Amino acid sequence: MVHTDRLYGAAAEPCELLIRGAHVLDPRAGLDEPRDILIRGGRIAELGVAGTLSAPDGGELLDATGKHAFPGFVDPHVHLRSPGQEYKEDIESGTAAAAAGGFCAVIAMPNTDPIVDDAAVLRSVVDAACRHAHVPVGFLAAITRRSEGQELTEMAELRDAGALGFTDDGRPVVSAGMLRKALQYQRLAGGVLALHEEDPGLSGGGVMHEGPVSARLGLAGIPSLSESTMVARDAALARYEQARVHFQHLSAQESVAALEQAKQAGARVSAEVCPHHLTLTDDLVRTLDSRFKMNPPLRAESDRRALVAALRSGLIDCVATDHAPHARHEKEVPFEQAPMGTTGLETAFAALFTELVMPGELELEVVVERMSGGAALYALPTPRIAPEEPANLCLVDLGARFEVGAKGYVSRSENCCFHGRTLHGRVVLTVAAGAVAFRTPMLAQAGALA
Amino acid sequence: MTTAMPRHLISIDDLDRSRIERILDRAESFAEVQGREIKKVPALRGRTVVNLFYESSTRTSSSFELAAKRLSADVVNVRSIGSAVDKGESLKDTVQTLSAYDPAAIVIRSPEVGAAQLVAGWTEAAVINAGDGKHEHPTQALLDVFTLRRKLGSLEQANIWIVGDVMHSRVARSDILAFKRMGASVTVCGPPTLIPRGIEALGCEATATLARLHEADVVYVLRMQQERMRESFVPSLREYSERYQISAAQLRPGQLLMHPGPVNRGVELSADAIDSPVALIGAQVKAGVAVRMAVLYELLVGAPLLAAVA
Repeated sequence: MVHTDRLYGAAAEPCELLIRGAHVLDPRAGLDEPRDILIRGGRIAELGVAGTLSAPDGGELLDATGKHAFPGFVDPHVHLRSPGQEYKEDIESGTAAAAAGGFCAVIAMPNTDPIVDDAAVLRSVVDAACRHAHVPVGFLAAITRRSEGQELTEMAELRDAGALGFTDDGRPVVSAGMLRKALQYQRLAGGVLALHEEDPGLSGGGVMHEGPVSARLGLAGIPSLSESTMVARDAALARYEQARVHFQHLSAQESVAALEQAKQAGARVSAEVCPHHLTLTDDLVRTLDSRFKMNPPLRAESDRRALVAALRSGLIDCVATDHAPHARHEKEVPFEQAPMGTTGLETAFAALFTELVMPGELELEVVVERMSGGAALYALPTPRIAPEEPANLCLVDLGARFEVGAKGYVSRSENCCFHGRTLHGRVVLTVAAGAVAFRTPMLAQAGALA
Repeated sequence: MTTAMPRHLISIDDLDRSRIERILDRAESFAEVQGREIKKVPALRGRTVVNLFYESSTRTSSSFELAAKRLSADVVNVRSIGSAVDKGESLKDTVQTLSAYDPAAIVIRSPEVGAAQLVAGWTEAAVINAGDGKHEHPTQALLDVFTLRRKLGSLEQANIWIVGDVMHSRVARSDILAFKRMGASVTVCGPPTLIPRGIEALGCEATATLARLHEADVVYVLRMQQERMRESFVPSLREYSERYQISAAQLRPGQLLMHPGPVNRGVELSADAIDSPVALIGAQVKAGVAVRMAVLYELLVGAPLLAAVA
């Protein structure tokens, strides 16, 4: 069992490994050149000039020439569906998908069945993670009981039981008064309050972004204001209470503007953005393919551009997948009936690399840095490729192409909005908390040759 | 023109102008058959048409049934209105079950946007959308164009107003696309709460009042549903009728009046407008059978026009 800083994973053999000749890109460390990475006992023992280090005794040598090594990605927003909806995903399959995507840690949302709103449920998922998680998992607990927005959860006890923070994700905290109490109580309990921002009065029964495409299709729209007015409201509350809040999955340019105002005013706020909102628009909903149905919805090209600009500038702090698995029979229904959500763990980096880095819209080092930006927001250590650090890294073949879903998914669900696309940038190895969590067969072969 | 017909008719977007004209020309020849004593042609003999209706319907379902029968097809009517099976998962099961009978076409009406398109992915049959939620109702638009073309000769340059609850109307969406494709200009008019934001992207103009109604060559009035009041889209039927009801007195000579039916007398239309000589409502209903025969024929047989009723 791995138990550090409220992260929980199954015990695994600390690796003894030499990664030879990988192009190491760790923007925070200012590293951008080929290196040998020597890992001993699960820690980075030494970084050497490429080709100079030898494999540890009894350890393995991986020839990583031509591949990139990045600090392991950290996803602050995933749905692992356990307990209660294991037919969609569970802690084992979800963290396997995370490892396959280069993630060395993920943060799980509490909107399971039952909802993680008391210490007993939290202890049960922590226990499951300690037995089954391929990469360490942090857990958010609900802000309000059953996430119904009426009564606070026992936040202090939940923190003692290991909660990283709190969220009613999937639903907004509709009442400003309720959220204010939670923000006040945060002073006692600690932990970040992560907010799904949506005004249900404005989003109504909406199933996609409100605009020309929703008008064309006859689908009820969710206006951008549904999100941005709540971002503005809750930023004001956070300032007033000097509380710490995190805005989840921002999707609209108006929200970016509200976030900028809040940060300039000194509010302690941060924000995340999803790969699908950075790369896709509501135009895809014309296909009426329910893979493109998620909440918040895919929005317009101007929103997408504003999100990319905000991620580049650092106004938006990090990338989050909002990995939301659903079973095929649930998604294979008319658009309005389908549940909201797309999977994302296995495609996050490749989607951003292919759709943003390759066309020159965003720099590789920005993507790499923001892919682990979520850690610090939750007071978790940020993965670094540096001596003495625990080994949390991934090895990526930027030249390798793959068709999303062609060979199936590691996740138990297949509702991926990038399904069928050809993406570049394949993760070939993930080391999480010092242990190999994922490797492709190709690399295993290379290792065997060593 | 030798443009092939699409395999399915899901949306007016599946048809360019020449294909629409080909269907309408075919419908003219079938309209002629309707005047005969024996109103039947053997075009679809031995083939099966399934009418799958998940929503109540009188004129659409009966005209599709008649159209298929007059083409000599075997017809199966499946209705599942308001029952528990009217959900997606069993939609797939139902379609796969019905497909085992090897139908040539499945005609589907559903309260769900995109249902016809989904069905097209689950069956070998040609799929005809008889209305999917608020999305589209392409055969209604075709019969509207057919009716207008008969009256005006051509829709080119015609100024058509669509009045009422555009937001919840699949007829409005298919009509805007079809009228535009045939060269007409379209204005939608209704309470701002019932005009969807972004509708102009379909190529129409939007306005909130009837002030310029006199500019219209055709006034196409939509059905106003009672539940819109409960949902606060309009404060009362009385206020709606005061502002948007079309009466005979409002129509200038030469204007044509249309409505997809069923009409709420005294709500969106006054009784004298319904019964006025410029109203084409009866002609629309009548056109339904010939146009749906033409759609079935073009999708399933698609032979050169001359062979139509040989």
